Amino acid sequence: MHCVPGANASLARMTQAVSMPPRFEVVRTAAGVGAHARGAWTVDHAAALSTELSAGVVAEPVRIDASGLDALDSTGAMLLLKALPLDAGGAPDLGRIEGLTPQRVALMRRVAQALDGGSVPPVAPGALHALLANIGETMLSILDQGRQLLGFLGLLLTTALRVLPRPARWRLTSIVHHLEQTGLNAVPIVALLSFLVGAVVAYLGATVLEQFGAGLYTVDLIGFAFLREFGGLLAAILVAGRSGSAFTAQIGAMKNREEIDALETIGLDPVEVLVLPRLVALLIALPILTFVAMMAGLLGGMTVGATSLDISPVLFTTRLQESIPPQHFWVGMVKAPFFALLIALVGCLEGFKVSGSAESVGTHTTSSVVQSIFLVILLDAICAVVFMELDW
Amino acid sequence: MSALPAAEARERATARQDGDIDDTVIQVRGLDNRFGSQVVHAGLDLDVRRGEILGVVGGSGTGKSVLMRSIVGLRRPDNGSVRVLRFDPHGSEEDRAAIERRTAVLFQEGALFSSLDVTENVEVALRQHLDLPSALRGDIARLKIGLSGLPMDAARKLPSELSGGMKKRAGLARALALDPEILFLDEPTAGLDPVGAAQFDELILTLRDALGLTVFLITHDLDTLFAICDRVAVLAEQRVLINAPLPEVLALPHPWIRDYFHGPRARAAQNAHVAARSGA
Repeated sequence: MHCVPGANASLARMTQAVSMPPRFEVVRTAAGVGAHARGAWTVDHAAALSTELSAGVVAEPVRIDASGLDALDSTGAMLLLKALPLDAGGAPDLGRIEGLTPQRVALMRRVAQALDGGSVPPVAPGALHALLANIGETMLSILDQGRQLLGFLGLLLTTALRVLPRPARWRLTSIVHHLEQTGLNAVPIVALLSFLVGAVVAYLGATVLEQFGAGLYTVDLIGFAFLREFGGLLAAILVAGRSGSAFTAQIGAMKNREEIDALETIGLDPVEVLVLPRLVALLIALPILTFVAMMAGLLGGMTVGATSLDISPVLFTTRLQESIPPQHFWVGMVKAPFFALLIALVGCLEGFKVSGSAESVGTHTTSSVVQSIFLVILLDAICAVVFMELDW
Repeated sequence: MSALPAAEARERATARQDGDIDDTVIQVRGLDNRFGSQVVHAGLDLDVRRGEILGVVGGSGTGKSVLMRSIVGLRRPDNGSVRVLRFDPHGSEEDRAAIERRTAVLFQEGALFSSLDVTENVEVALRQHLDLPSALRGDIARLKIGLSGLPMDAARKLPSELSGGMKKRAGLARALALDPEILFLDEPTAGLDPVGAAQFDELILTLRDALGLTVFLITHDLDTLFAICDRVAVLAEQRVLINAPLPEVLALPHPWIRDYFHGPRARAAQNAHVAARSGA
């Protein structure tokens, strides 16, 4: 610590114990090589001290006189140990140091003992190695995740088959509760967002199609887009963010508080009690929300058509009925239960994977949302290709 | 205090060794702490002497942690003065820096930074306060981990991979990073099994002796009080009821002290301590 003359009193007080710079002076006499350790050997001077020591190490002092030490803390003791020659056992030879108070000798012994525990394992290998290891680990974890997801699906199906013939174990209260949470409460946000996206798509379509004098085809665009793709996709993405994450957080918190273990010790099956009601609720809620999203999107397009594109609502609905056969509606709807299955599966599985800390709940919730949105879009893309090839 | 810094330092070192009873490192005078209408401390006085292990006890809500937070500067008291090594924890920037540099706190759950491994946790304060070559920093971290009694294979573990007792040891290693003069411990043995708690008590005692620490120890653990505390400060009635060696505390006729120290658990702890003494 550097202290200018006349600096304020508290700073001077602060540096009192550490103001004498430490010295390590090698002296050669007829009797042999010796060294004097002087000043404050403390952590504040550790950097200067270690440079000084590495310069003096060539002399290999026979005895060290430590009577000139002003202060010695554990870091200073560690550095002093390094300056000592080793004894027969390979440990620093404390007998070769003189002028230490008994308390400082005790400190030196304690420090020597603390350092005896071996070395800290290395942090990590080089950057390239780490990169490759990281890629490998990620690939393995993706494979493992897929395997776990399939395993969980199997577990869920067998549990469902076991419970299905026994209506007494259907847990209607729980199902209705989750229907409200994931379905009813999601209606406003799903409807509003779909309405807005519908309006945006209408504007986009009109801007492009007007150039060819085909402004009316905006209706076809909206119809195709929302019935086949956007309705289901928007609803599923919102539900994944809203309810998939909630499933993970709820089950994860229960796992943390050992509630899951408590269920098992009482003889209840956590999959039956926690996962099935959520899955059933989502299987009912998501198709309904998909329908809501489709209608809201069409309404958004219709509103923009009526207000800025000279397409009256009557013209809009007529055109819609003429150009979009109902099969497109069913193509959109049929995907909804599969999206629901994916979201419930991922959400609950991530919840069960929570372990230990509160931090783990956060990590798995994030992972649950990312995975379920990814899987929903992937499945949707596969379906789009398949339905296109089938000419549906 | 003499004008020569070297002489001062030597004087201080001797004071540490001899356990000079006049050397007060923490001085609290007329401390008031209130939360809304609830008065926690009213006119509280406390002295902590260099080199001692002071046990701070008191019922729930008597403000043991609040007192510690006022002393280290985490909470500004409503009234009164606090001096730590003659510095004011609520005063100038320099005073606060000096206290930060020369005291350390072990929080109840260890309060390890969860994204850093044990070695990195120890190195945080070293990086912040000192400009050291990384090899030397690593050596110091290894030393502190060794001093706290952790095995070296724990050095690269994350806090979430450690057991409760190991977390406390890692927290202690981090607290020792800058060789503090005063160590604050908030219920260090809470949540440890009796064997782990006894080992931790032993560790605190040996570290105090080797490093010349002053220890401010909040505890509920009667075994700790009997085994390692030089003096015990009892918080009650919004002040320090008594701050004295344990026999004097035990002799004080006060209902809380009677309930606390003369209940069946206290007697068991005392007997165990007496047995350990006579056995040794």
